[in-house]
Amino acid sequence: MIISARGLRKDFTVTRKVGRLRRERHVVSAVDGVDLTVERGELLGYIGPNGAGKSTTLKMLTGVLTPSGGEVRVCGLEPVAKRTTLARRIGVVFGQRSQLWWDLPLEDSFSLLRHIYRVPEGDHAARLKQCSDLLGLDEFRHTPVRQLSLGQRMRGELTAALLHGPEVLFLDEPTIGLDVLSKQAVRSFLTDLDRRGDTTVVLTTHDLADIEKLCRRLVVIDHGHVVHDGTLDELHARYRSRRIIVADLDTPWPEGLTLPGAVVTSVEADARRVTLTLDGAAAGEVVAALAQAVSLRDLSVQEPNIEDVVSRLYRDES
Amino acid sequence: MARVQAALIAAGFRRHATYRQATFAGAFTNTVFGFLRCYILLSVAAAAGGAMAGYSGPQLVSYVWLGQGLLAVVNSWTMLDLAERVRTGDVVADLLRPVDPLWTYLWTDIGRAGFALLTRFVAPLVVGALAFDFYVPQSFLAYPLFILSTLLAIVVCFACRYLIGLTAFWLLDIRGVTMFWVFVSGAASGLYFPLAVLPDWLSTTLWVATPFPSLLQAPLDIAVERGGTGQALLVCLSQAVWGVLLFLACRWAQSRAVRKLVVQGG
Amino acid sequence: MAEILETTRVYGRVLRAQVRSQAQYRTSMLLEILGSMVVNGLDIATVFVLFSVTGALGGFNGTEVLLMTALAAAGFTVGDLVAGSSDRLREYVRSGLFDSLLVRPLSALVQLAVITFALRRVGRAAQGLVLYVVALCVADIPWTVGRVLFAVIVPISGAVFFASLFIGGATVAFWWIESGEVANAFTYGGRDFTSYPSTMYGGWFRDLFTLGLGFGFVAYFPGLVLLGKPDPLGLPTAVAWCSPLVAVIAACVAAVFWRIGVRHYRSTGS
Repeated sequence: MIISARGLRKDFTVTRKVGRLRRERHVVSAVDGVDLTVERGELLGYIGPNGAGKSTTLKMLTGVLTPSGGEVRVCGLEPVAKRTTLARRIGVVFGQRSQLWWDLPLEDSFSLLRHIYRVPEGDHAARLKQCSDLLGLDEFRHTPVRQLSLGQRMRGELTAALLHGPEVLFLDEPTIGLDVLSKQAVRSFLTDLDRRGDTTVVLTTHDLADIEKLCRRLVVIDHGHVVHDGTLDELHARYRSRRIIVADLDTPWPEGLTLPGAVVTSVEADARRVTLTLDGAAAGEVVAALAQAVSLRDLSVQEPNIEDVVSRLYRDES
Repeated sequence: MARVQAALIAAGFRRHATYRQATFAGAFTNTVFGFLRCYILLSVAAAAGGAMAGYSGPQLVSYVWLGQGLLAVVNSWTMLDLAERVRTGDVVADLLRPVDPLWTYLWTDIGRAGFALLTRFVAPLVVGALAFDFYVPQSFLAYPLFILSTLLAIVVCFACRYLIGLTAFWLLDIRGVTMFWVFVSGAASGLYFPLAVLPDWLSTTLWVATPFPSLLQAPLDIAVERGGTGQALLVCLSQAVWGVLLFLACRWAQSRAVRKLVVQGG
Repeated sequence: MAEILETTRVYGRVLRAQVRSQAQYRTSMLLEILGSMVVNGLDIATVFVLFSVTGALGGFNGTEVLLMTALAAAGFTVGDLVAGSSDRLREYVRSGLFDSLLVRPLSALVQLAVITFALRRVGRAAQGLVLYVVALCVADIPWTVGRVLFAVIVPISGAVFFASLFIGGATVAFWWIESGEVANAFTYGGRDFTSYPSTMYGGWFRDLFTLGLGFGFVAYFPGLVLLGKPDPLGLPTAVAWCSPLVAVIAACVAAVFWRIGVRHYRSTGS
C-alpha cells in the first residue's frame, strides 16, 4: 500500500459579500472525508466535475496543502511533515504550473533537476534517454522553455517529473489543452510506464478518453466525497450502461417492428439505418433476431460511452 | 459629454474602492512614514533654534502630514496601466475609440484621486492631528487655494505619468524610467524635505525648470501659508502653466506614437 | 557537514541558473544596476541635505552620522540583495505557482529567495559596503579587538535583520494578498528610520521602533558602541552590544511566521 488516506478533509473559509459592506464567512469543505488506498504499481484515475476536490486531494497527497482533518500516508510518510523527504520519492506534474526554468533550454532544466534530486549521472542519463525516445524530446531539447508549444512543454514536464525515478507519479490534468498528437504521445507514454509496473500513477483528468485508454481503476469524487471506487466495468454495471447496435439495412426498416431485449432508439437515412439499445438481452441474440427480420448490409456493436456514464453519475449525485 | 466624464470619474472611483486591503495598507504605510519624517524634520528644526528654512514647528508638522496624505492623492509612485497596455498592444483599442485616451485616462484618474482623498488623504491626517499640533492658516483664502492647487497637482502628476507611459511606445521596458521618476518625484517634489532646505540655485532651478514642485511642494506651501496670498496665486499659476505644457507634450508624443503605430502596424 | 555542503552547492546551481536567465537581457540589466546605485546614492544624500541645515543630526557630528547611515545602508542593501524580492511571493501565491516550490526536495523559503534573486541589487549592496568601510575609516573610533570583531559582525546582523523583515513582510501574502504595502512601512520605513540617529525621534514612536521592533540595533546602538559613546537616551552600554542577538531573534520570528504561513497556503488559482 503506497498511498493511504482515511477521512481526509480540507476546509476553506470563504468570505462572501452580503450587501454593500457586510461580509459573511463560510466554511466550505473542498474534500470531505475521502478514504483511499492505492497499491504499488497501480494506475489510478481520479475524476470528478470541476470543483469536486480532485486537485485539492492531490495537493494534500503531495504535501502542498495541509489537511484540515484525517490521515494521509504516501510512501509511508506524512506528506506535509516530511515534505522534502517525500519530494524525492514522488514526481508531480500540475497541468498549468511549470516545473521548468522558463528562460533556459529544456536540457538545462533537466540537469538542474538532476542536482536538485541528487540523481547519479548514469541513472539520469538512462532515464533521460528512455523518456527522450518515447516522447521525442530531441528536436526541442535545446530550445528555451518559453518558446515551446504546450504539447512540447508537457512532454518536458513529464520527463522532469520522472528523472529522479519516483515511486509515485501524480498527474493533475496532464492532457488539458493539448493537441491530438501530443495527447496520444502522453497516453502511450503513460501506458508504457504502467506496463513496466514500477511506478504508481495517480491521474486526474477531465478527458474521458484518457480514462478509457489508461485507467483500470477509477475513483470518482464529487462534492468532496468518493462516489465510486472500482473498475470501469463496475462503473458501467453500477450505472447500467447499455451497449448499442447500429445496423445499416438494404431495405427500409419496417415501421413498428420490435425485437425482444432491445429498444429502437432511432431510425435514420430513409429508414435504412437503425440504432438499437440493448436492454437485458445479449448482443448475439439481438443480432440473430435482427438478421432474421431484415436484410443487413453492415452492423456494429458500440461499447457504452464513458462520457454518458460519468455525466449520469454527476447528475445522480447533485 | 458631461455624462461621459461623470461616468469615467465614477468608474475610477469605484475601481479603487474595491481595493480595500491595498487602501488600508497604503494608508498605514503613509502614516508610519509620517511619524518618521515629522520627527526628523522637527528634530532638525529644534537643533536650528525652532525653525528650519523658515518653517516653524507646526508648519513642518502640517507640511509632513499633508504631504503624506497628498502623496496618495497625486499618486506619483503608481504608474498608469497605459504602459502595460502599450506593451501588450491593447492600447490600439484605446486609440481607436472616438474619445481621446488622454482624456479617458485623465477622468478615470481624477475619480481615483477622489477616492484617495476620502481615504488615504484623511487617514494619516487624522492620526497626525492626534499626535502633533498642526499649523492653522490665518487667512480663510488659504483653504480654497489649497484645494485649487491640489487639483492642479493631480492634473500635473497625471500628465507626467501619462508621458512616461507613452515612452513605452519607444522603450518597451520602462522600468528604468520609472525607477528614476519614483526617486526624483519624491525628492524634487518636497516629499522628503521642503525644497527651501536646498541651496538657493538648486531650489530655484527646480521651481522654474521642472514640474516636480507642482506635485507636492506647491499645495503644501499654500497650506502652511508660505508667502502671502499673492505668492499662492503665483504658485497656482505656475502649476497651471506646467499642466498646459505637459498636456501639449502628451498630445504631441501621442500623435507621434500613433504615427509610429500606423507605419509599423503595431 | 557534507550534507550541508551538498545542499548549498545545489542552491548555488539554482542561483546560477537564475542569474543566467536574467543575464539574457544584458542592457536592461546594466541600466538597472546603475540606476539603483544612483537612487541609493541620492537616498543617502537626502540625509546630508538635512544634516547641512545645522551641521549636526540628533546631537551627532558628520562622521558619526555617516557611520550610522552607512551601517543602515550596508545592512539594508545586503538584506535586500538576499531577500528583497521575496515580496514577489504574492505573485506566486496568487497564481498558485508556489505549488511547484513545495513539490521539490528543497526548502521553499530558500528556493523563493533564490528564484526571485535580482542581479540588479548587487551594485547597491557593493555600494553600501564600500560606504561602510569609508565611514569606518573617517569616523573617530577607539579601536579594540572587540570593536574590530563587532564592526565585522554588525553589518551582517543588520542584513539578517532586514532580510527577516522582508521575509516576514512577504509572508503576510499567505493571508492577505493585496496588502504588500504594509510591509514597506517596516522594510523601507525601517531603512529610513535607521539612517538617522534614534535621538531624532520622540515619544512612543521612538521606543517602539528603536527597542520594540529592534531597529535601534541595526545602526544606532552599534554606531554608539563603535564610537565608544554612551547612549544619550540612557540605555546601558551592554544592551548596545546586543545587535547580533536581536538579529538572531528576528530571524527566528520570521522563520516561525513563515512556517505558519506555508501551512496556511491555500493553493488557489487552478
